[in-house]
Amino acid sequence: MKPRILALGDGALTLEFGDRIDPALNAKVMAARDALAAFELDGISDVVPAYSSLTVHFDPLRLDREELTGHLLQAAQALAQESALATRWTLPVVFGDEFGPDLAEIARATGRSETDVIEALCGTELRVFLIGFLPGFPYLGELPEWLRLPRRTTPRTAVPANSLAIAGAQAAVYPWQSPGGWHLLGRTPVRLFDLQDTVRPALLAPGDAVRFTPVGRDEFLRLEAAVATGKKSRRDWQTT
Amino acid sequence: MIEILDCPLPVSLQDAGRPGYRHLGVPLSGALDVEWLAIANALAGNPPETAALEMHLLGPRLRARTLVTIALAGEFSARIEDAAGQSREAGNWRSHVLAAGEILVTGSLRSGIGYLAVNGGFDLPVVLGSRSTYARAGLGGIDGRSLQAGDCIGVGAGDTALSLRLPQPPRPPSGPLRVMAGPQREYFTDSAWAHFISDEFTVSRAADRMGLRLDGPCLDHDPAHGADIVSDAVTPGVIQVPGDGRPIVLLADCQTVGGYPKIATVIAADLPRLGHALPGDTLRFIEISLDLALAARREAAATLAQCIASMVPERAGFDLDALYTANLIDGVIHAH
Repeated sequence: MKPRILALGDGALTLEFGDRIDPALNAKVMAARDALAAFELDGISDVVPAYSSLTVHFDPLRLDREELTGHLLQAAQALAQESALATRWTLPVVFGDEFGPDLAEIARATGRSETDVIEALCGTELRVFLIGFLPGFPYLGELPEWLRLPRRTTPRTAVPANSLAIAGAQAAVYPWQSPGGWHLLGRTPVRLFDLQDTVRPALLAPGDAVRFTPVGRDEFLRLEAAVATGKKSRRDWQTT
Repeated sequence: MIEILDCPLPVSLQDAGRPGYRHLGVPLSGALDVEWLAIANALAGNPPETAALEMHLLGPRLRARTLVTIALAGEFSARIEDAAGQSREAGNWRSHVLAAGEILVTGSLRSGIGYLAVNGGFDLPVVLGSRSTYARAGLGGIDGRSLQAGDCIGVGAGDTALSLRLPQPPRPPSGPLRVMAGPQREYFTDSAWAHFISDEFTVSRAADRMGLRLDGPCLDHDPAHGADIVSDAVTPGVIQVPGDGRPIVLLADCQTVGGYPKIATVIAADLPRLGHALPGDTLRFIEISLDLALAARREAAATLAQCIASMVPERAGFDLDALYTANLIDGVIHAH
């Protein structure tokens, strides 16, 4: 599929590379984002990378739409490469019980044990495809084939903040309490969006890699308290 | 400083929004009607994008702790009570000076939303470039939430004794909402599209600052495409259609990306109108070209500038507007 430009109303354009979840397409999106930034165009308010598309929100009275279209098609030709900025993270998670109320059901639905589910999830390095939906909310992928389940038929009205959830090939952590239809496996003490970090309020960025590591209830509570009192900094979650 | 005495319905602080952070999942937010926000601010002697109170259906009851000038934009009445219990009417589309201790009581809003600006602006922290309230993540405003009784909000230093009014309130908008097709128009059958641009939709009870769920004809997805896309960016004005075929129009607090196909997008010039929609209101859509959308954007900016330029000072005791009108007629007569 050739890259194409879609109109998102009169104030945004979407450069679309494809219509599937694919790390190669996502890498092209990042390359196009970087190439577009190098043009230093005036009149752009937001540049939003998604799975396989890049959307530019702009003021059409300040930036000519045809000119932007030309730059986007040019940026689409940029060579995809793994960004040098990509960071690897290891995030602790307490699984099951009240922290992950759907763990038992997922084990039943997949015909595996709860331990298998936890090991499969924690044994997979997940790519951050995009940040969206809620401040700091990462769309992570891809899960092993057998762990891919459709969304819950009835979404929860309130998913607790910091819940680790899965749906289809994707995993995510809800940084805020929110309605949600994904399956809840556990909870992390890590804050995925923190205004105290003025440089990088969202912990994760597209292109980053995330691994989850299981911790027990006591360790989770200890880490949660350490985060709250500032004894754990964000660097502590970076993989060394 | 003002003190909120009573606030039974949602009132939130909003400015022109929080652009520049959507790649972090942070919604744009900001005033649902940025034109009325600009008018309220102009009447209060502020730059157009200064944060003001956005009122839904009913405004707050508030007390001035110090002398403040406020301005009211919207279709509602209000009154000012002084310490002695005397009450005077506070008309809309103008500014009012509140002495320390005076209480402003706003009535119910005849249009969905209205704005209350204060001269000098509200003295609250800027969060990610904006004072707009985004409640879900607790950003902006007062602790990231709607106002509550007991809140005291500082007011920035201003001229404090302005008195301005609009001789002619902005014309209430009418006619169908103008949309551009797509970005996923091809996910819908031609019959769904025909219904979309010819039928009437009703705003359901599921309506808030994130979006409006509409009742009306079911908009069928083309079976060749289905009702799911790989999530991509959305923006206020987008009309997304989940699997049940019931469209949702997204508004200022909408999420940054979504996984439902988008049949069309309301043009920027018509976004302020959407913000006034209430449950039970009927909406129609009409498709226009990009060129017309851009022309509408320019026209909206020019109309707003004209509206603001038409403000006149008002002094207690006489009606300047009436005087101007009389002079105009006088001039016409003499010309003959």
